[in-house]
Amino acid sequence: MYMLKRTLASSIKYAALLLGAFVALLPIVVILFASLKTKAEYAATSPLTPPVNWLNWANYTKAFVNGNMLTGFVNTAFILLVSIIGATLTGSMIAYILNRFKFKGKSLMLGAFLLATLIPGVTTQVSTFQIINKLELFNTPWAAILLYLGTDIIAVYIFLQFLDSIAVALDESAMLDGASYLTIYWRIILPLLKPAIVTVIIIKGVNIYNDFYTPFLYMPKTSLPVISTALFKFKGPYGSQWEVISAGIIIAIIPTLIAFLSLQKYIYNGFAQGSVK
Amino acid sequence: MFKFSNLSYSKQRLAIIAAFSFIPLALLITFAYLPVINMFKYSFSDWNGYSKRLEYVGFENYIQIFTDPEYFSVFKVSLYYFVATFVQMGLALYFATILSFQTWFKNVFKGILFFPSLMNGVAIGFIFLFFFKPDGTLDTLLQALGLGSYVKLWLGNPEIINISLAGTSIWRYMGFNFIVFLGAISSISSDLYEASDIDGANRWHQFRYIILPSIKRILQLNLILAISGAISAFDIPYIMTSGSNGSKTFVIQTIDVAFKYSKVGLASAMAVILLLIVIVVTLLQRMLIRGED
Repeated sequence: MYMLKRTLASSIKYAALLLGAFVALLPIVVILFASLKTKAEYAATSPLTPPVNWLNWANYTKAFVNGNMLTGFVNTAFILLVSIIGATLTGSMIAYILNRFKFKGKSLMLGAFLLATLIPGVTTQVSTFQIINKLELFNTPWAAILLYLGTDIIAVYIFLQFLDSIAVALDESAMLDGASYLTIYWRIILPLLKPAIVTVIIIKGVNIYNDFYTPFLYMPKTSLPVISTALFKFKGPYGSQWEVISAGIIIAIIPTLIAFLSLQKYIYNGFAQGSVK
Repeated sequence: MFKFSNLSYSKQRLAIIAAFSFIPLALLITFAYLPVINMFKYSFSDWNGYSKRLEYVGFENYIQIFTDPEYFSVFKVSLYYFVATFVQMGLALYFATILSFQTWFKNVFKGILFFPSLMNGVAIGFIFLFFFKPDGTLDTLLQALGLGSYVKLWLGNPEIINISLAGTSIWRYMGFNFIVFLGAISSISSDLYEASDIDGANRWHQFRYIILPSIKRILQLNLILAISGAISAFDIPYIMTSGSNGSKTFVIQTIDVAFKYSKVGLASAMAVILLLIVIVVTLLQRMLIRGED
């Protein structure tokens, strides 16, 4: 009886897992199928039918070239790189002084960062837009970069958390050797923060690569697409050419898939750490 | 020659505090606090976003929002996303629990369930346009299963469009909740399970009396965040339907009012209301969690 119950429970478990995996994969797999079909083939076959020729790249070239996706990748890479370096530096700098020094206004500063987490980004877009406009950054990649930097409080938290675990004795012994605070930050703290930096890079990277409304609102210029906005443009001219749109979708997902497969371990840790404050 | 390290430590301290906090604080003030202050200011005006003229109109914008049913109906749409969050968290909790125990292909399942939450929002929007379109993935699947009579206009029928969109949102965010729960469950000491095994506890008992209490805090946090998440739903409905057929959410409406109809004053008042709701919810959450300790 006990064995029977265990077997039943375990079959339910695997049935649920298989169903979950099926639901997670099916919508993506049919897109992969469609992206490899010719126009006539797409029109004649059902979405669930695999393509005849698995090496038909015609839609991919069309999507990549006509969809301006190369420019999209270049712009996304530039914004990602600058924002991530900036967020890592500014985040670790402010976390360093907040964690290591006692000074007037420290709790005020900490409170200001804390309070800012209460303000969700989407609610303030309307007036943030006016500020970007006044700074004459509208339709430049710097609009997105500044916004990704300026609203980043998660990074500060993660760094603060990690700094707690780095012994102050290390700073003190460096000071006995005559190191300046700048040297301590650059040569001791920053290298020891490496796991935190990886976490920040992953969380920020995923957010920036997938973000839609920041580039959509602040950089609508056609010559300045990022991956999200380049893909969104397919909605117009390719309205019903699903085989081309599908190729565009797969192109946009591939970098995420590669990053996921190669960084799996860090990604799991990063997300668990970033969200459990 | 000047060298930073020649300064006394107390001078260095001052210099480094000023230098290291300048940029982060400038960014914080410019992009977190200034927008909020301006937003309150604009919300009492009739500004259109570009003209030099800005006239204060008192509470007129707020009165318009609260008296015009068009502005209030969007909150009904939020309810769909709110209900969806419960489904999403239930699924996440179930998968996180079964995958915390010995399972074949554990890591493969983990990866497959989590991957959607890393995907690009626009790509997800398109994938589900294809999924729900007439003769798309869902219709074909239903027909193949002999359930052809259930085929509907998933995105064309105002009665079900929000269910379709909320379903998409579950697909997108379930994996994130799942991984957070999985992290929380894995921090539970295995001694507890072993001890309960000896006491004859089954899986359900272990879930009910060990796992659930241990991750209660995360669960609460997520549940209450669900409210602000539901109110600020934007990407999926905007990319898939631009808010047509009765799928307009509060944020889509705010952005339309501001940028399509150039009513920055009115849109700001809407944003202030949205912000206040989110703040109240967040404060409630903090109080609830603090009350626990």
